[in-house]
Amino acid sequence: MNNSSEAVAVRLDDVRKTYQTGEVEVQAVRGVSIEIAAGEFVALMGSSGSGKSTLMNIVGCLDRPTSGRYFLDGEDVSSLSRDELADVRNRKLGFVFQNFNLLARTSALENVELPLLYSEVALTNVELREKAEQVLEAVGLQGRGDHTPSQLSGGQQQRVAIARALINDPEVLLADEPTGNLDSRTSVEVMEIFQRLNEKGITIIMVTHEHDIASYARRNIVMKDGLVRDDVVVQNRLKAAAELEKMTAGEALEAAV
Amino acid sequence: MTSKNFARRLRLLSTFKIAARALRRNKLRSALTALGIIIGVGAVIAMVSIGNGAKAQVEAQIASLGENVILIFSGSTTASGIRTGWGGAGTLKIEDAEAIRREVPAVTLVSEEVVSNAQVAAGNQNWFTRIYGESADYFEIRQWALADGAPFTSQDVRSANKICVIGRTTATQIFGSEDVVGQVLRIKNVPFQITGVLTSKGLSSQGTDQDDIVIMPYTSAMKRVLGGGTTLRNINAQVASPKDLAPAQQQIIALLRQRHNIREGRDDDFTVRNQEEIAAAQTATTETMTALLAGVAVISLIVGGIGIMNIMLVSVTERTREIGTRMAVGAHGRDILTQFLIEAMTLSVVGGIIGIVTGIVASKVIAMIKNWSSLVSPTSIIVAFIVSAGVGIFFGFYPARKAAQLDPIDALRYE
Repeated sequence: MNNSSEAVAVRLDDVRKTYQTGEVEVQAVRGVSIEIAAGEFVALMGSSGSGKSTLMNIVGCLDRPTSGRYFLDGEDVSSLSRDELADVRNRKLGFVFQNFNLLARTSALENVELPLLYSEVALTNVELREKAEQVLEAVGLQGRGDHTPSQLSGGQQQRVAIARALINDPEVLLADEPTGNLDSRTSVEVMEIFQRLNEKGITIIMVTHEHDIASYARRNIVMKDGLVRDDVVVQNRLKAAAELEKMTAGEALEAAV
Repeated sequence: MTSKNFARRLRLLSTFKIAARALRRNKLRSALTALGIIIGVGAVIAMVSIGNGAKAQVEAQIASLGENVILIFSGSTTASGIRTGWGGAGTLKIEDAEAIRREVPAVTLVSEEVVSNAQVAAGNQNWFTRIYGESADYFEIRQWALADGAPFTSQDVRSANKICVIGRTTATQIFGSEDVVGQVLRIKNVPFQITGVLTSKGLSSQGTDQDDIVIMPYTSAMKRVLGGGTTLRNINAQVASPKDLAPAQQQIIALLRQRHNIREGRDDDFTVRNQEEIAAAQTATTETMTALLAGVAVISLIVGGIGIMNIMLVSVTERTREIGTRMAVGAHGRDILTQFLIEAMTLSVVGGIIGIVTGIVASKVIAMIKNWSSLVSPTSIIVAFIVSAGVGIFFGFYPARKAAQLDPIDALRYE
């Protein structure tokens, strides 16, 4: 725990990204240098067009910087090929999306197993199943492995997605607006899972535009016009478990009245 | 190196798993896609089987003419001046047949042939049938056995005896189920004694009933049915083996030209055909038919393939987000390509196998209903199988490549 918190999970060195749309050159990211240590929980914020999505794509190894360097877990991944990037995503990253991106008509277990099917590690069907059941339990969905996404609520679907992101024991968990499609209580539930995972040492980087969601993180990075404008440690950090208790108490009160 | 190969094989194995899961998820769509191939392959197999059956039937009919037979017709299709049909002009004489028998060593059997149609009668029944005058060799040349009684002999031919052998149809028409051998048949008011009944040969390749016939010594026919005349319609000659056909044919032509005093450069007044030529012409017809049927069936197979491509393209678009997700969690472009190719191939191969079974059943059913014969050849099954797999690869490749080239970021955002 101590060791890993000193290690650097993500290091960006003057990363720039320029898009060519027709005649116009768009500088989406214009020189960002940040370091995120292992075990951190970072919320990446900013209005649309601020470059936060582009930066997230680079951090998620879905895209390569035009210039600058990106070290993930000490490895320079700035100039890897498409397939090498895919392998890095498979080994070191877990993704949680706003719209869950689960495979329709596919059981939660099979959805969760997906990354392992593309992994270099060969597992038997039994091992695959065991591992999938383990991570489903970690997000509180034990016994729901046979359910397809349409049989699950939005919050449960997002938990399946989180389980899928966890199955490869990633270095970094990347979440892109993970609560964007969820109601406030379910959002807090997801934050509760994130905080719990983070306590266990998993690095989380989360894009969000909601300030209250961002205050569950330890650190907030705010982007504007392709640059980092603000990088602060969260004061008065919210504890999701406590918030949930408050909500339950409030509901009980309402019910009583 | 080996561990890398091993890893690659494992990866391919799990791609198979992924493709199987994807197909299972869309059972109806998979079934409908495969249906195109089932119909295509089924049609190919059924059509080719029926075509082959027809061909085999024609070949059997041709074989029923006898083997290694040379037919010499009087008259010629290319005679200068007046052109007559085969057997038209009476240019072949009995002596010509004798000469062939004598001077062409490869010829083992010869039958002089004259043909007439006549009303035949027995008791109070009568029937219009064909009268064939032949030599005693005829039954051997045509490999035509008797069902009952005995054929006439060379002696009968020499003496122009009033005896005959009749076909099954003629026998049934006049005598019903009565015993025929020994009965008397009146032909042009001349009584002929029936010595035998021929086995049934069925329809000829031209569709005439070969069993509607009376066969007698050609001498008797010339004298008593045709009323004189000394010319033959044709001569049937048989050689011992197929390799003798061409030389014997040349010798016969040379011999007859000499006997008929035809000068160098003038056309023959007779026509020589061997059975292989006749067979070739007739099998060509059925082959054309088979090719035509197969052509139609191949078109339906292509339509089935386009169906696969269509569904796969729709499926790539519909599953864009899925592809993006797969790429985000570590799928290479090649994994996606392989997955879609395997999906397409599985559909077409499974469709192909079901299609082969359907085609065989369909051809048997059609053959039974229509009273045709069908012949399922192993080649057509193998070809149909390979083609259906090929269709899967060919028509699956474009959509698969399209899927593999998607950018994960765009694919994930696709609505």
